[in-house]
Amino acid sequence: MPQANVVMHTRRVTPTTSIIDIQGDISAFAEQELMRAYNEANTPTMRTIILNFTGLEYMNSSGIGLIVTLLIRINRQKQRMLAFGLSEHYQHIFELTRLNDAIKIYDSESAALAAA
Amino acid sequence: MSTSPTPTNGQPDEQPRDAAFWSTHVTGLKVSNVPSGALNLNVEGKLVNGPLQGFGRMWQKTYRVTLHGASVSAKEVIKTWKEHFPEFWPARNRFYGPLTGIAPGEVALLNLTLTGGIKLSTGVLVLYADEESFTLMTPQGHIFAGWITFSAFEEEGSIVAQAQVLMRANDPIYEIGFRLGMYKEEDKFWQHTLKSLAASMGVDEPVHMQAICVDPRVQWVHVKNVWHNAAMRTTMYKMAAPLRWIRRSRR
Repeated sequence: MPQANVVMHTRRVTPTTSIIDIQGDISAFAEQELMRAYNEANTPTMRTIILNFTGLEYMNSSGIGLIVTLLIRINRQKQRMLAFGLSEHYQHIFELTRLNDAIKIYDSESAALAAA
Repeated sequence: MSTSPTPTNGQPDEQPRDAAFWSTHVTGLKVSNVPSGALNLNVEGKLVNGPLQGFGRMWQKTYRVTLHGASVSAKEVIKTWKEHFPEFWPARNRFYGPLTGIAPGEVALLNLTLTGGIKLSTGVLVLYADEESFTLMTPQGHIFAGWITFSAFEEEGSIVAQAQVLMRANDPIYEIGFRLGMYKEEDKFWQHTLKSLAASMGVDEPVHMQAICVDPRVQWVHVKNVWHNAAMRTTMYKMAAPLRWIRRSRR
């Protein structure tokens, strides 16, 4: 299988909030990197995981599936997922796949943090 | 919540690499062409339902076959799959694809036969399609809420063809059906499809399946999906056939 063309960095902003910065492509090959980033972000006190899509360059339908399974995993931990930095195109995809019913999207990091 | 992000990825009017592969459709589905013999019910105007909008447990099921010995590329496999998609399906199930083929935003009609001979008329939206994969998303009333991604890729020197379903049963009736045996029927359906695809390339290999229960909880908040149940609506439509015949003959 091809290598994942994505890098994710985790920032712990407060004891209850972490941001995952996504840079690159989200496809099926990003699964390990996404789960690694989530495991790094996840602590016993964590309540909100914010995905930063500002650096998103490509996403296919398998990538959307990854976001859905991560969302379920986060919700089962009684945590919330928020997002920011989605371009108009990716906002449309969230709307099309109805992810926007379950993930609140903000226009900036500060707005997402204020809602966390 | 906002709808005006300020991404730094590229210029504001620059389209991402995947832009041409996604459907632009968001509102109710529209069937552009009804082929002869197809029953067009439960599709027109319906919204698509993702796995988050379904009722039952969430499953991710992966079916894959390795095309050992076939001298084809992943792109050739997907091209063949798109062009001959209905031919790989089990008997008594019909996929009426759009005239333009499997392309983003197109809507196809499905006439299915469930366990016990129950007929079901529904459809799918082509959510995503590129040269190495395509994804079909289901509308309200379909057996399940979610999508199926068909893909091909190279693994250890061979091409693998894969169908991956991410779904929840759409309503409580379907969930009961799934628990009483429809899961097995669905497994047989996709195993048959992959076997047929492989056979078209001269390959006879077993289909491997992996099922992961992503979320064991049911979502009672979506119990009202039952209103759109396509199996019940198709059955009622069939039962009312004599009334429609009498009404037509009086005109």
